[in-house]
Amino acid sequence: MLVESPSRTSAEPTGPGQSPKRRNSVRAVGLLAAVGALLLVCVLSVMVGAKPVPIGDVWHGLFQNSGVGNDVVIHDVRVPRTLLGLLVGLALGLAGAVMQGLTRNPLAEPGLLGVNAGAAAAVVSAIAFLGVDDVRDYVWFAFVGAAVVSVVVYVLGGSRSATPVRLALAGTAATAALYGYVNAVQLLDSAALDRLRFWTVGSLASADMQTVGRIAPFILVGAVLALAIARPLNAMEMGDDSARALGVSINRTRTVAMVAVTLLCGAATAACGPIIFLGLMVPYMVRAITGPDMRWILPYAAVLAPVLLLGSDVLGRVVVRPAELQVGIVTALVGGPVFIRLVRRKRMAQL
Amino acid sequence: MTTKTLRTGGGLSLRYAPRAALSGLGLILLTLGVGTVLVCTGDFPMTPSEVLDTLLGRGTVVQEFAVMELRLPRVLVAILVGAALALGGAVFQSISRNPLGSPDVIGFGQGATVGALVVIVLFQGSAVATALGAVVGGVLTGAVIYLLAWKRGVHGYRLVLVGIGAAAMLTSVIHYLITKADLVDATRATVWMTGSLDGRDWTQFWPLLAVCCVLVPLVLGHGRALRMLEMGDDAAYALGVKVERTRIVLMASAVLLVAVATSAAGPIVFVSLSAPQLARRLTRAPGPNLAVSAVMGSALLLCADWIAGNAFGDRRLPVGVITGILGGCYLLWLLVSERKAGRI
Repeated sequence: MLVESPSRTSAEPTGPGQSPKRRNSVRAVGLLAAVGALLLVCVLSVMVGAKPVPIGDVWHGLFQNSGVGNDVVIHDVRVPRTLLGLLVGLALGLAGAVMQGLTRNPLAEPGLLGVNAGAAAAVVSAIAFLGVDDVRDYVWFAFVGAAVVSVVVYVLGGSRSATPVRLALAGTAATAALYGYVNAVQLLDSAALDRLRFWTVGSLASADMQTVGRIAPFILVGAVLALAIARPLNAMEMGDDSARALGVSINRTRTVAMVAVTLLCGAATAACGPIIFLGLMVPYMVRAITGPDMRWILPYAAVLAPVLLLGSDVLGRVVVRPAELQVGIVTALVGGPVFIRLVRRKRMAQL
Repeated sequence: MTTKTLRTGGGLSLRYAPRAALSGLGLILLTLGVGTVLVCTGDFPMTPSEVLDTLLGRGTVVQEFAVMELRLPRVLVAILVGAALALGGAVFQSISRNPLGSPDVIGFGQGATVGALVVIVLFQGSAVATALGAVVGGVLTGAVIYLLAWKRGVHGYRLVLVGIGAAAMLTSVIHYLITKADLVDATRATVWMTGSLDGRDWTQFWPLLAVCCVLVPLVLGHGRALRMLEMGDDAAYALGVKVERTRIVLMASAVLLVAVATSAAGPIVFVSLSAPQLARRLTRAPGPNLAVSAVMGSALLLCADWIAGNAFGDRRLPVGVITGILGGCYLLWLLVSERKAGRI
């Protein structure tokens, strides 16, 4: 029972002199600009860090790995980190956009909905009970935990009829119960605490090509599924009956959407720990640019979310030199105010 | 709810609800019973009569130490912490007119935790400094959340949602502080964060008692005004309640109660949420049920502590683990049942 659906959060920019065709070409140019920004951030992410690399060496290092100096930094550290940021950002942006479209709920966000706690609970179980000690093997457990909890919270929150409050509270409740468990295990096994405390922050620092290779297939499949349901999601924003009248299979769309969200969130959370608010912020900003059409929201979110994530990561490397601020902290500190602004602006009181 | 009135010959009268009074009495007995069990059991078991002798100063040195230095202060701290948390929760749920507007859902617990962790991790502070840090953190967070949720009045859902946002931000700060720490401090911080009664003694008890002696009567005294506030600001105003003043006094008292309880025992979750709820179901009375909630909080915390000490073989878990797991499940159940009833 949502009073103000996201489709009405920003007015469609329909000036009298703007034909739909013209509007689309404006959006396409905007998307190109966003891709340009993404390229720029990628270059920055490769250049900036504990050891700054000049742009000329970047070019050299990308194509010829001599095995020494800056080439090693670029090949073994910066490029995997940038690629991981790219994939994770894309995944969280798309997942947030799909969840918000599906639930017609501006607060639907993977990070708030207990997904992180689910992944943490699975990882801590793996460390403590199965003796898993390779960070790269956490991925599989985190994946399963995140997937299970995202579905459970979605169902408990009341699936599509969920109000923002109910969904957020279902996430909070699941998080509390699961962290109770995580704490218990950590206290009984301090080795688990030592390993898990670094994972639970949300960081790209431990990226390597192997991790990138492991999660890439999941994210690519998830992304394709998400982009494929843009049109039915548009129809469903008008309500179930209208969507049915337009020939959309509601159950199939919902199932595909949940599969996509699970693949995207699970893989992203598994690879670099919990990163909150990104999936909330990006679709919110994007909607203000593109209007309510999912066919534009999804690609924009897919491009702009990595811009924000990599930007936050670069910022985190710079602000507390020589130490690093993990990217999950930066996104939380940047995203929290956006969330609070959103809550204050909207008439949440009546939801 | 039926209300009865007790009249004395001199014209004094006292209104009371028999069911609520009976519930309160039952909970007090439960608290005393579990408290007695906790004082009697441990590595050095004692019979109740031995404990009584010890309390009267006729025990051996070992008995004296076990009861007076270890177990009694711990049980008393648990009783006060439970009551303070539950009372704070009852006030907040009543003011936000929402069963879920409890301090640990809306970020005060996290605020107090950040305050304490800053002391532990950045300054390697003592236990007393940690407790002070928790009070400062909790009160600051309370003030900031109140201001952020303010928009021509603090509405229930906005308070809850702003609090959830703040809690998420604070949680990431908590995680960051834990990565900054070395393993010893990190372990200390994790134990503190879980909420525990282990090693609590008279140094925690006296400040807690002092704060409770001032704030508990203050809050209970505003019980009737709070009940009128639940009917809406205008109705309360018409009934002669000073609306804004009452709300500020009550919220400040509740934040302080929760912060002080947190500083004594760490952020024990879900007592604030569930005690007032359970009290309401038990008394079947409308309104805040402040006194019964407080006793319910004490009983809950003592029972959880007993479970934490006995349910896992030789290992004693901190009490916060038990309240966290039970409370999370309770909250999920509450969500489902409130949804079926169409209330949220």
